[in-house]
Amino acid sequence: MDEEKTLTEEPVLAEEVPEVLQSDDAAYENGDPVTAEEGGMPAEAQPGKKKKKGGKWQAKNQWKAWLYLLPAIAILAVFTVWPIINTIRMSFLDGFTYSAQMTHAKMNFGVKNFQAIVGDSDFLNALGNTMLLTVITVPVSTMLALLIAVGLNSIKWLKKVYQTIFFLPYVTNTIAIGMVFLAMFNIIGSWAGGMQPSSIGLINKLIVGCGGKPIDWINESSSKVANMAVLMIFIIWNALPFKILVLLGGLQNVDKQYYDAAKVDGASRFRIFWRVTVPLLSPMIAYVVITGFIGGFKEYNSVIGIFGEDMGPTGSPGRLMTMVGLIMNRIEDGSVKFYGEASAGAIILFLIIFAVTLINLYVSKKKVHY
Amino acid sequence: MEEINKELNEQIPDPEMSGQAQDAALESVQPQEGETSAAETSHEINVEKASKRQKIGKIFAYIGLYAFLTVMALVVLFPFYWMLISSVKTIAEYNLYSPTLWPKKFEWVNYANVFSKEAATIDLGTMFGNTVLVGVVSTILSLIVTVLSAYAFAKMEFRGKNILFGAMLATMMIPGELFTITNYITVTDMGMYNKYTALILPFLVSVFYIYLLRQNFLQIPNELYLAAKVDGTSDFKYLWRVMIPLASPTLISITILKMMGAWNSYLWPRLVADDGHQLITVGLRELADALSEGSTPNFPLQMAAVVLVTLPLLVVFLLFRKYIMRGVSRSGIKG
Repeated sequence: MDEEKTLTEEPVLAEEVPEVLQSDDAAYENGDPVTAEEGGMPAEAQPGKKKKKGGKWQAKNQWKAWLYLLPAIAILAVFTVWPIINTIRMSFLDGFTYSAQMTHAKMNFGVKNFQAIVGDSDFLNALGNTMLLTVITVPVSTMLALLIAVGLNSIKWLKKVYQTIFFLPYVTNTIAIGMVFLAMFNIIGSWAGGMQPSSIGLINKLIVGCGGKPIDWINESSSKVANMAVLMIFIIWNALPFKILVLLGGLQNVDKQYYDAAKVDGASRFRIFWRVTVPLLSPMIAYVVITGFIGGFKEYNSVIGIFGEDMGPTGSPGRLMTMVGLIMNRIEDGSVKFYGEASAGAIILFLIIFAVTLINLYVSKKKVHY
Repeated sequence: MEEINKELNEQIPDPEMSGQAQDAALESVQPQEGETSAAETSHEINVEKASKRQKIGKIFAYIGLYAFLTVMALVVLFPFYWMLISSVKTIAEYNLYSPTLWPKKFEWVNYANVFSKEAATIDLGTMFGNTVLVGVVSTILSLIVTVLSAYAFAKMEFRGKNILFGAMLATMMIPGELFTITNYITVTDMGMYNKYTALILPFLVSVFYIYLLRQNFLQIPNELYLAAKVDGTSDFKYLWRVMIPLASPTLISITILKMMGAWNSYLWPRLVADDGHQLITVGLRELADALSEGSTPNFPLQMAAVVLVTLPLLVVFLLFRKYIMRGVSRSGIKG
């Protein structure tokens, strides 16, 4: 492979290497803590000098380095590099399935897989669901996280306790806590016509207790709006910790002078929040929004946790289908296993995420300060 | 309108407007204003006049702030609380129309039932065992691979180092779902379906962990390395004796994040493992399906299983809070 080639070439070219590396590194290491501490001096300048002295040692070290990297490279080659190539290949092999894989049948190149998956009745549903979930949960959770982070940053008493509590959802199993939400919103059995449901979740008990009519949130007679509401509450609950962590980290690094200046100018707190805090935090906000969008488009476990593998209430499987769910269905679908269509779906998902990230970066370039 | 504004202001008092920070602010402002003494004195008078009013406002602001944070904290905590108390209720008490906020009778047998194949209908005990085994083995192997690669990238010189590192970082942009399909094929082709290797091998290398550790290794001064070289210490010995102890905080972060990932993974284990090798998250979901339908759904037992899956992570988190939060803030990935 590529690595071995470099290895054998190495001793001959050893003398040329330092220069190439040095110029490369200076640009590359720009964001590095080491470089920053040394005041802009190229981080690899020292090793560069050292190398020039001992060509022999370096040649010896070369193969050693590859030895150190061997396990990682081998695993990455099989489980990361090959999948990238193979998934692209499969997506363009018309109608590629499990049996085609086994029989090594010769397939035609084409875009039929893409047509098939885009034409699937579930595709628009999945795309719509993922977009809706993302577009609503990301801004709401970011805003809430921002308020909580600013709040946390301005208290001292019990700060650590609150910080710990707000981080708890992060260290949980999405499926497990999904089941808790399922239990809380559940209602099993019919209550129409004077019948008693066999089990009723906390939320409906509260609704009934307040004199309301129970709502079917996730079971057979539920509406999609109710399904989505539960799902979004769960996703937001789950998304808060990471956002709070990042935003609070950003707040702690904000230079206090900006606030002093704003205060001297007599700006109100509200104004300071919008005109000082938010702009100064904008890189962090952009970061959580981008990761939020990426995570949103890959939503899968939350749906499984609450609605099960059918991805919808009993009687309406696939109602809450997501893009990842669509891909998974193609791999597992009965005995056929539409690998080609699954690959096409994965590539479409990648392109969507890529496009959304680019748009986000473009927008934040205009809005983000510094 | 003004009132709303005021309320908002109080709810979101700015960090620098209060307490210690305010003193610091005054300190840093005063020297700069030394040139114009008139401005300085008027400023001081204003501060004194306003200080009383400010203090009252500040107290209200703090009450509002703590109220907001407390409400949010309760919202975050509630599912945990509900899971815990439901897990020790009897089915009858759980189904009561007016929910009890504290169990009348502690039904500890729910926890024993989680491991009883009869009550749970699923062999959750085996799945717990599988998950622990897969988690521990994949974490240890992953640490070894990560340390070796990070060391090579941080301290060794070889041709193509930066191209290789850049290429590895680039793969982080690609969503994991794109790898899943081919990896599933690879694993089945290699005869690893429903074997522990299928659960461990594909996710052994995390580029992100390598990156994290390399950054840490880079911060360790090169002088130490050169000194060790002069003394004739081998690379491996240097790595083991110097680098690993110095980078232990990052290694702890990686260990915990990797363990959490193994403990919580769902999609891949569901795909490549079957009876006997299934992991706990998949079992949980099956449990929910099995015990939610029909005339006598058993939610307390479900919640007991959920507690058993959730609690170990919460305990680990409380013990290693610092390491987890530091690792997570740089990743943006869950698990």
